[in-house]
Amino acid sequence: MIPHGMLEDLGELSLEHLEMVFIAMLAAAAIAIPGAILLSRKPRISRWGLGFANILQTVPSLALFGFLIPIPFLGVGKATAVVALTLYALLPILRNTLVGITGVDAAVRESAVAMGMTPGQILWQVELPLGAKAILAGVRIATVTTIGTATIAAAIGAGGLGVFIFRGIAEFDTVQILAGAIPAALMALLADELLGWVERRVA
Amino acid sequence: MTNGLLRKVYSLPSEPLAVEFRDVSYLASGRPILNHLSFQVPAGQTLILLGRSGSGKTTALRLINGLLMPSSGQVLVGGRPVSEWDLIDLRRKTGYVIQESGLFPHFTVERNVGLVPSLLKWAAPEQGARVRELLDQIGLPHAEFGRRRPGELSGGQRQRVGVARALAARPGLMLLDEPFGALDPVTRLELQRQLLDLRERELITSVFVTHDVREALKLGTVIGLLNRGELEFFGSPAEFQESEGDEARRFLEVLK
Repeated sequence: MIPHGMLEDLGELSLEHLEMVFIAMLAAAAIAIPGAILLSRKPRISRWGLGFANILQTVPSLALFGFLIPIPFLGVGKATAVVALTLYALLPILRNTLVGITGVDAAVRESAVAMGMTPGQILWQVELPLGAKAILAGVRIATVTTIGTATIAAAIGAGGLGVFIFRGIAEFDTVQILAGAIPAALMALLADELLGWVERRVA
Repeated sequence: MTNGLLRKVYSLPSEPLAVEFRDVSYLASGRPILNHLSFQVPAGQTLILLGRSGSGKTTALRLINGLLMPSSGQVLVGGRPVSEWDLIDLRRKTGYVIQESGLFPHFTVERNVGLVPSLLKWAAPEQGARVRELLDQIGLPHAEFGRRRPGELSGGQRQRVGVARALAARPGLMLLDEPFGALDPVTRLELQRQLLDLRERELITSVFVTHDVREALKLGTVIGLLNRGELEFFGSPAEFQESEGDEARRFLEVLK
């Protein structure tokens, strides 16, 4: 039933999939968390920042992968896929970090200032610890969606579990489609559980 | 050796800081909130800023630790204009208590009280001793309450911790914004007594905002009555009770 070599491929494609998601998540967090901190200091710009991330999110994922191909140095392959996945993951992290930071109780913030904490001390000792739960929830949501979206990366030759799915569709082979879809779904569930656990630990 | 000496210097009570307003006005988006206020609070006194909601008393309080800056005029703390102070330094020398306590929910009681000493890099044993001393004084012994979070305390207990936190680094000045406003009358009376006790022990100047004339008479050594941003009365509690001003009489009416 299971074609010869599929299991080896499965291992390799899963790793490829994980790698893309992992790099994209790191990049998205590295951009979106500091970005949200900056936006929280400038309420007037924060609407624009969120609006921009919102627009990115509304671009259909297949189209976003396609748009990036003509960009020099990216082209067809993993780099493009990672960039697209990063752009997609920005919004949930940006929004949740902003909510976490601006959601700190006004009386708490006022006392922090009035007791002579510097802006850096307020950020590290008050805003980030109190916003941590919301920030982690954003990372979790982004990770779960990115694992799903990453299956589309195969369409531009970036590999990952999407390879099975696209090949299965082309060959009318349900087993191959499932061989891509089921591990991707399991990966998403596992990530959700794991990050959910971290989130509860922090609270 | 040097270290020991420095540590001693840290823990010395600061000199109480005098507060002075010189022709201070404050406008918020063009609307006057405070109108040409001038008054002096000598070091060690307790000024009560009395007034209704919207009279500008909280605004006046926030001008003292530089949370707000006057539109014109000068506020002086310890003889020095607030605009010339390093605000971080001024605020660390100024205790601040507000109605909702503003305790950090993710810090234990102990860490909340020790916050300003830790910002000032007091040595750990001394921080610990000071926190214990204050928690004992406010009737929340360290062994029982030190490791709790603010969420595990009653409203009255939180306010006490708020007062302890404000006093921890032995500030020369304490600002209180309706600190007991949300408490039941019995707890409120207890905390007022405790504050009087603490005031005797810690040499300190206080500015206390309230709309409660009884509280004003009980706690104040000086009373300033604000009415729509104007200082209608400024003087001793005894003088206040004889005051003929319109707003003063409205407040005194409450006592009858």
